[in-house]
Amino acid sequence: MSDATLHAPAVSADTPSRRPPITVVGPVAWARASLFSSWLSTAVTLALAYLLARWIIGFVDWAFINAIWSVPVNAQGAQTQACRALQGAGACWAVITEKHRFILFGTYPYDEHWRPLVCVFLFIGLYIVSAMRRFWRKELALIWAGVLFLIGFLMWGGALGMPYVPQERWGGLVITLILSTFGIAFAFPLAVLVALGRRSRMPAIKMLCVVYVELIRGVPLISLLFMASVMFPLFLPEGMNIDKLLRAQVAIILFAAAYLAEVVRGGLQALSRGQYEAADALGLSYWQKTLFIILPQALRLVIPPLVNTFIGMFKDTSLVLIIGIFDLLTAGKTAIVEPAWQGFGIEVYVFVGIIYFIFCFAMSRYSQGLERGLNQHRVR
Amino acid sequence: MSVTTETAVASAARTDAPPAILLDKVNKWYGAMHVLRDINLSVAEGERVVVCGPSGSGKSTMIRCINRLEQHQEGRIIVDGIELNDDMRNLDAIRREVGMVFQSFNLFPHLTVLENCTLAPIWVRRTPKKEAEEQAMEYLRRVKIPEQALKYPGQLSGGQQQRVAIARALCMKPKIMLFDEPTSALDPEMIKEVLDTMVMLADTGMTMICVTHEMGFAQQVADRVVFMDRGEVVESGTPSQVFNDPKTDRLKMFLSQILRGH
Ligand SMILES: Nc1ncnc2c1ncn2[C@@H]1O[C@H](COP(=O)(O)OP(=O)(O)OP(=O)(O)O)[C@@H](O)[C@H]1O
Ligand SMILES: [Mg+2]
Repeated sequence: MSDATLHAPAVSADTPSRRPPITVVGPVAWARASLFSSWLSTAVTLALAYLLARWIIGFVDWAFINAIWSVPVNAQGAQTQACRALQGAGACWAVITEKHRFILFGTYPYDEHWRPLVCVFLFIGLYIVSAMRRFWRKELALIWAGVLFLIGFLMWGGALGMPYVPQERWGGLVITLILSTFGIAFAFPLAVLVALGRRSRMPAIKMLCVVYVELIRGVPLISLLFMASVMFPLFLPEGMNIDKLLRAQVAIILFAAAYLAEVVRGGLQALSRGQYEAADALGLSYWQKTLFIILPQALRLVIPPLVNTFIGMFKDTSLVLIIGIFDLLTAGKTAIVEPAWQGFGIEVYVFVGIIYFIFCFAMSRYSQGLERGLNQHRVR
Repeated sequence: MSVTTETAVASAARTDAPPAILLDKVNKWYGAMHVLRDINLSVAEGERVVVCGPSGSGKSTMIRCINRLEQHQEGRIIVDGIELNDDMRNLDAIRREVGMVFQSFNLFPHLTVLENCTLAPIWVRRTPKKEAEEQAMEYLRRVKIPEQALKYPGQLSGGQQQRVAIARALCMKPKIMLFDEPTSALDPEMIKEVLDTMVMLADTGMTMICVTHEMGFAQQVADRVVFMDRGEVVESGTPSQVFNDPKTDRLKMFLSQILRGH
């Protein structure tokens, strides 16, 4: 015990504990400590505050005050003179007003746009249901199968008075959601198997998994997509044709699985040997040990990098534009090819960017909540 | 060189039943390092054996060979009448009958205490869930922590965790229990609660092999103490023979070190 405590005046238990002075806690104290602690710090704070204010005012001017929300449309098409007259001083949101359906649904027949719209909501509903832990049981797989079947039925149609729409005409947001949902749903289990295989004691399996991961990681996604769309059909027998979207989907799954496998392997390696030994000593079989002991712990550990890879994958689906698949970004680019709308790329990219952001941010926030929820056992 | 006061045959002869565990000229190497040298050990049913010896002498390796967490390379190991070899069915059968308690507990941190105790009975023994839970609660009562059943291992003290680990092993209704220094990761005030649990278990007539340096425990419950050094069984006998009347210099030196440490 130090002297200080020995000689400290005895504090009776009923002394009310006082709030700390305002200079210690609260926003004022925070600002003093982090923004104005010295002359230099004060100067930097003020300079940055000025720049930030200028930028915000400029942005508000551009995006709201000077913006044009719609333009007249006549027989010759959209009349964008008003937008051009702005010369960049304001946003021409009219391009979104006019083209949002094309951006969201691509070349899908205009009168049938409600079908991909319903599909988008079905996807979102599926995500929300899957995100809730109380729905994590076997029935969820049935729900997935049912909803995906329904989505396929709506998109293709050809029954119940819905005209048939070939896959080449699908486009926009729904393509992005299809590619990333199926991508994650198939790549993740594959990745777990590959990660387990890489730690297998059987040399053949181990080699196979190592070669797979190294090979796929060694090439850019773009070249995989090219191979899937251009080279792969060359090897197929005459007359046999596999859907272009499906080929791109397979390329995305294989690519993502290689990355995810390494993430999962990191989690497997973080577990102590004692966990494996305890499971062995209890007589659990390999699969029981893996399913009940190893994976639940390993996957919890790697939730942040897993979601990181998912988010990257969601955005990487936009690379399918190079093989002519009409995902959200491609549809956005195509919308401004029309002469009347040329030069309004910023507005379109902001719009598309916001849509990507909403999905990615939701994933990120969800994963933080999930991490907290699943790692409660580690909090004492 | 090695003075064995009691040979494998003699100890097996104490009962008519075949030995619960028989190690016959077991050898093991790690690379070029010879860690088990011609180990002969026979443990009768209901017998309680304490294994001691200096660090690195191969105690852990030996008992881990008994449930094949490590593989021996020469000699035979027969557990409960089943020989340990490459046949996976034999291994499964043996692991079902042999419980193990580790120095570092190795509880499953993502499962509650109750789930830790019921997982293996449900999946390996195919016990119905409800029955497995009742049985787990019974064992948790015996190790005196039924009130912690719904907590996670991380919320318990070290001594409590080790008692859960003992209960978890017992829930498989093993015929044999192996303990590898179950108290050496614990604070002194928790050692006693775990040792008491083990004494209680010994009183039920469980066959036990226990690696420990707790001399008091050995005196109290061991039928036989085995002293190992450099991969060999150097001496074995009753606790009083081994502790009070050491025959070899190696054991004398070991005992003097232990006594100094306490
Ligand atoms: N996996 C391994 N690979 C290589 N050598 C090992 C391995 N495990 C143990 N050894 C070596 O084998 C010898 C015996 O180890 P073991 O763990 O059986 O000793 P111990 O008697 O249990 O010691 P302690 O009292 O420290 O636990 C030691 O020299 C150790 O370094
Ligand atoms: Mg050891």
